[in-house]
Amino acid sequence: MNSREDILGRVRNGLQRNGSNAAVGREEMQSSLSSRTQGPKPVFDSEPKALLERFRLKSEKQSSTVDIVAQESDVPTAINRYLTAMNLPKSAVAWPSLAALDWALAGLVVEARGARDADLVGITGCFCAVAETGSLMLCSSAATPSSVSLLPETHIAVVPAARIVPYMEDAWALARTELGSLPRAVNFISGPSRTGDIELTIVLGAHGPYRVHLVIVEN
Amino acid sequence: MEIKSMYFKANAKTKLADVALQGNLENARGRFVTTRAEAIKELDDFEGTRDAAEAIRNRVIDNLDLWLERFEHKALDTGAKVLWAKDGAEVCRLVIEIAKRHDVKKVTKSKSMLSEEAGLNQALEAAGIQPVETDLGEYILQVDNNEPPSHIIAPAVHKGLNDVADLFHKVHGTPRKTDIPALTREAREVLRQHFLSAEMGLSGGNFLVAETGSVALVTNEGNGRMVTTMPRVHVVITGIEKVIPTLEDLSTLMRVLPRSATGQSISNYFSILTGVKKPEEHDGPEHLYFVLVDSGRADVVGSDFHAMLRCIRCGACMNHCPVYQTIGGHAYGWVYPGPMGSVLTPLYAGMENSIDLPHAATLCNQCGIVCPVKIPLPDLLRKLREKQTERGLRPLTERIGLRLWAWVAQQPRLYALGARIGARYLKWLAGGTDRIRLLPTAPEWSLGRDFPAPEGKTFRELYAARKHQAKETP
Repeated sequence: MNSREDILGRVRNGLQRNGSNAAVGREEMQSSLSSRTQGPKPVFDSEPKALLERFRLKSEKQSSTVDIVAQESDVPTAINRYLTAMNLPKSAVAWPSLAALDWALAGLVVEARGARDADLVGITGCFCAVAETGSLMLCSSAATPSSVSLLPETHIAVVPAARIVPYMEDAWALARTELGSLPRAVNFISGPSRTGDIELTIVLGAHGPYRVHLVIVEN
Repeated sequence: MEIKSMYFKANAKTKLADVALQGNLENARGRFVTTRAEAIKELDDFEGTRDAAEAIRNRVIDNLDLWLERFEHKALDTGAKVLWAKDGAEVCRLVIEIAKRHDVKKVTKSKSMLSEEAGLNQALEAAGIQPVETDLGEYILQVDNNEPPSHIIAPAVHKGLNDVADLFHKVHGTPRKTDIPALTREAREVLRQHFLSAEMGLSGGNFLVAETGSVALVTNEGNGRMVTTMPRVHVVITGIEKVIPTLEDLSTLMRVLPRSATGQSISNYFSILTGVKKPEEHDGPEHLYFVLVDSGRADVVGSDFHAMLRCIRCGACMNHCPVYQTIGGHAYGWVYPGPMGSVLTPLYAGMENSIDLPHAATLCNQCGIVCPVKIPLPDLLRKLREKQTERGLRPLTERIGLRLWAWVAQQPRLYALGARIGARYLKWLAGGTDRIRLLPTAPEWSLGRDFPAPEGKTFRELYAARKHQAKETP
């Protein structure tokens, strides 16, 4: 007998599986898959302004920094401002989906592609953002490679205010409507990478970015 | 992993006398307990969320065969391959086969307790494949002569800064550093090269999502993302009990898991991985394998210990356990320490090898109170004690003693006489005070505490006297 049959056989024995309880079990399974019951959620104001404010506060609590600009065309200048203030290089790798922004005009050298080890600054957008916890939701694709938010020491993310949703459950609903099925990688990112493995002392910048900077676009 | 739980008492004694360890444990105790207490306040209805989390886990384990088939079906649809392993030896065999098929020389690993159970690192090395642990804590242990982890969330929590400073100085051949960020950067730089050169990444799985055929990973360092993004092959090793129904259920469980584990509202990274990369994509593995592992789990289904399969491996039970807090994780002698380990070790690694573990608890129920999926840990520990007795695994002296006791307890006159003598003897021992400093019959028990002295008369004597008095007064 192969291992699959052996394991499933013993699980069935343990559950005293028979024809009738299997039918009941299948029905229960179908109903929980289609009902998608949600658990209790913390209650907060979900007006757009309040959502943005909560997202900003929670992101800062996760050690991200936040800048708010009026429109998308302001993004390159805002990023230049941040890189100058932090004394970081003015060249970056960005998601191909952001290639159309006028980076050169703002004095930045930006290559739109997947990231390499040597890239120091990575610029991404996001699929949406979750106000409950201050998390970005990134979905991988050819135009939005996951390495850009992972390999560089600095991760800058462009967040349209209209894409801030209250809960992770809302993010799943958006993904189902807009993407149909899940992409290869969904990453919820909440601040720079960190570790507490030496004496439980939190250090920012373990294997991923040392800093995460969010540029929220209001309109 | 080789089991050493049979030496629990001796090991616990050594750990109690280890001054450096005691300091590190005290540091951990304060942090874990306080941060969790703060984090659960963010939820308006933490208890309701716990109930929901418990219900989600029950829904799956009560029909585990159906959910496993459903997950397998969906995972195959995404282009992943699904393999099944009965035990640790089969895990090792399957992983080595995958590695050979894809011409793999180096494997980067993010934390997987199941690979510890299976002793996978040793097996890979023996097959000429280099395993590299990339979680900072696990890496520290691997370069320290493959020391086993002492905590499921913070594997190197028993080590202090100076231990790590000495270790990195020796292993990396760099000047000794005592600055934690500098040590972390040093490990980052060493491990970055491994992330880029490994052909295969190996991870555990916090959850398997039946709705989508995905694996969900909860991490902070980014190493979990690295090992599942950079290499061409990704192998997920998980227990068969890890399935959950939907993405909504994932969200509910994520409200309790990081809070219970590290006191975070959400972990830094929460990754849901589905299938393999598309040809036009820049990164992601071309091959994805799930190894679904039994290693004792299937036999727990439907047993007295069924509820244990709800466990989501947060570590809250050990963080709040007075025994774990005092002796640390190594004394438990296998992969899982603390209350959850004292239940899992007898079930997965043999009851006869871990006689002391179900007794290494005060049954204070701190673990039961903090468990995010409401596993009645003290009840399960008590049940394991019963099983030990049923199977005749208790020591001969204890068995004879209990039999003697049972016999005496069935002789009312003899019992009353014994109790009278006992009560008077104890009163005499107290010498007029209300405390007994040292019990001659149980000196160890009274080593750290006093025994309250009885008044001198037994309950039955007092009861009879009162009854007599009531008769006298009209």
